[in-house]
Amino acid sequence: MAPIAMARPGWPFSSLSFRAFQCWLLRYRRIWRSSVWSSVLGPICYMGALGFGLGTLVDKHSTASLGGVPYLAFVAPALLATGAMNTAVAEASYPVFGSIKWNRIYTGAQASPLRPADIFRGHLMFMAMRLAMNCAVVVLVMWAFGAIRSAWVVLAYPAAVLTGLAFAAPIAAWAVTVTVETSFNYIFRFGVMPLMLFSGTFFPLSQLPAGLRALAYATPLWHGVALCRAFSLGTAGRDPAGMLGHVAYLAVLAAAGIWAGARTYRRRLYV
Amino acid sequence: MLERPETEVLVRARGLTKNFGSFLAVDGIDFDLYRGEAFGFLGPNGAGKSSTMRMIGCVSPPTSGELSILGRDPVRDGSAIRARLGVVPQEDTLDMELTVRENLLVYGRYFGLPRRVIRERTTALLEFVQLADRAQDKVEPLSGGLKRRLTIARSLINEPEILILDEPTTGLDPQARHVVWDRLFRLKQRGVTLILTTHYMDEAEQLCDRLVVMDHGRFAAAGSPRDLIARYCSPEVLELRFDPDLHDAAVDKLKDFSAERTEVLADRILLYVTDGDAALTAVRAGGLEPLTSLVRRGTLEDVFLRLTGRRLED
Repeated sequence: MAPIAMARPGWPFSSLSFRAFQCWLLRYRRIWRSSVWSSVLGPICYMGALGFGLGTLVDKHSTASLGGVPYLAFVAPALLATGAMNTAVAEASYPVFGSIKWNRIYTGAQASPLRPADIFRGHLMFMAMRLAMNCAVVVLVMWAFGAIRSAWVVLAYPAAVLTGLAFAAPIAAWAVTVTVETSFNYIFRFGVMPLMLFSGTFFPLSQLPAGLRALAYATPLWHGVALCRAFSLGTAGRDPAGMLGHVAYLAVLAAAGIWAGARTYRRRLYV
Repeated sequence: MLERPETEVLVRARGLTKNFGSFLAVDGIDFDLYRGEAFGFLGPNGAGKSSTMRMIGCVSPPTSGELSILGRDPVRDGSAIRARLGVVPQEDTLDMELTVRENLLVYGRYFGLPRRVIRERTTALLEFVQLADRAQDKVEPLSGGLKRRLTIARSLINEPEILILDEPTTGLDPQARHVVWDRLFRLKQRGVTLILTTHYMDEAEQLCDRLVVMDHGRFAAAGSPRDLIARYCSPEVLELRFDPDLHDAAVDKLKDFSAERTEVLADRILLYVTDGDAALTAVRAGGLEPLTSLVRRGTLEDVFLRLTGRRLED
């Protein structure tokens, strides 16, 4: 028996999940250049178009319903939360599916001491890293555009990462069970797109009819947007209980995804 | 304590069964696998070989029956058992985005090996599979044979006690196959226990000390290649090929011929005899003139045909 291989895993750097994470890290070292440009150019385009383009129009009228702030300051934190969702969906859908069907990373990892739950958590760590990177870029772009109104924005950053995890964990848990890749179109068409449009991102929810508003309150992105916006505008102190509620909602969703993923991965990989 | 490694049982199965829904893939097989031997599962596609390998590899829980690997329970201690196994899967699972060396690095990390150890072992292993000069190359453009050798090197990064090989040379050209066989033979010489599946009789004959012939999830026979051939096949085989129009008539005529056994294939007739040349002379004397004829020794292919009524590669 190789004694080194049997060394007792110590959390977190020698944990089994961390070993799986290292695989993703090594792969990312090879491809990061191509991903960096979309991570940087995306937020710049959005903030330019919405903040300067659309924002100039909006700001000519009363912005009372936005809380009296310029449109750019209103929309920028929402773009941060939405960006986190988009990163999460991108990292948790095809890459998970492909790790069984295309490059077979999971299949290879299975033949090692890693258990399905380790493979899942390791991949999720990588998704968290990508979220942390992309959200940091968006915060920097927000700052460069002058869209930040409060130093509390330092909390908008972890709030955005948490929003991303609330999407990434459940989606990955589901994606591993997918057998036909066209299933992902449902998420993009009926999940990502409506959420992006109707979660108080581009306009306040008060503009929606009551029924739709209630529906929007139930979706995770709205909680993420509300949280990021409150920190970026510095208004979080007005409703601390509400903030805690948002955090709890997102944390529960992420935790449920982490719990479910350990099971779905096991069912899919141990057949 | 008295050590008797030559009789140590590494894998023990009793009534091992695997169902996929209503499909019975492995149907209650029993076997013991000893340290240091090369044990083969010979059978056609769908015989249950890969399912058995996956159960031994601790990535597929048995439906019922008993299975112990290295003295442990694969369901409860899968992770600890896998730390001591090497697996060469049927289809390569190499990472095409990475280089040859990086593939071993990732794998070594999976096993929790320190980078220094991985570096040393990688150098030795790439040397062993004759890939040292490709260490910095991407995996993608490598030929099938080189990829297979890399997969073998990767499976050895944790210095496994048991190496599981599922169809190790399927899809390789003959030269590449011989290189792989040579490397596997050397591993065996070093004391690594090999478990392999194959549907190539020559592979089984070359590599296996003992083998089981598997069909429909069960063992049709077990023994050493030589034993099996002696038990289920005549010393020589006469293969006759006739003009397709005369094939059926020849089959009729050969019925009266005193062969130990006759197998009629779509394109050939096989006569199982003690003396092939004598039999050919007798066939000709009987007024039959085959288009081609071949006298050869009995092989595992014949054993398989005898036991299952089918050819291995069908």
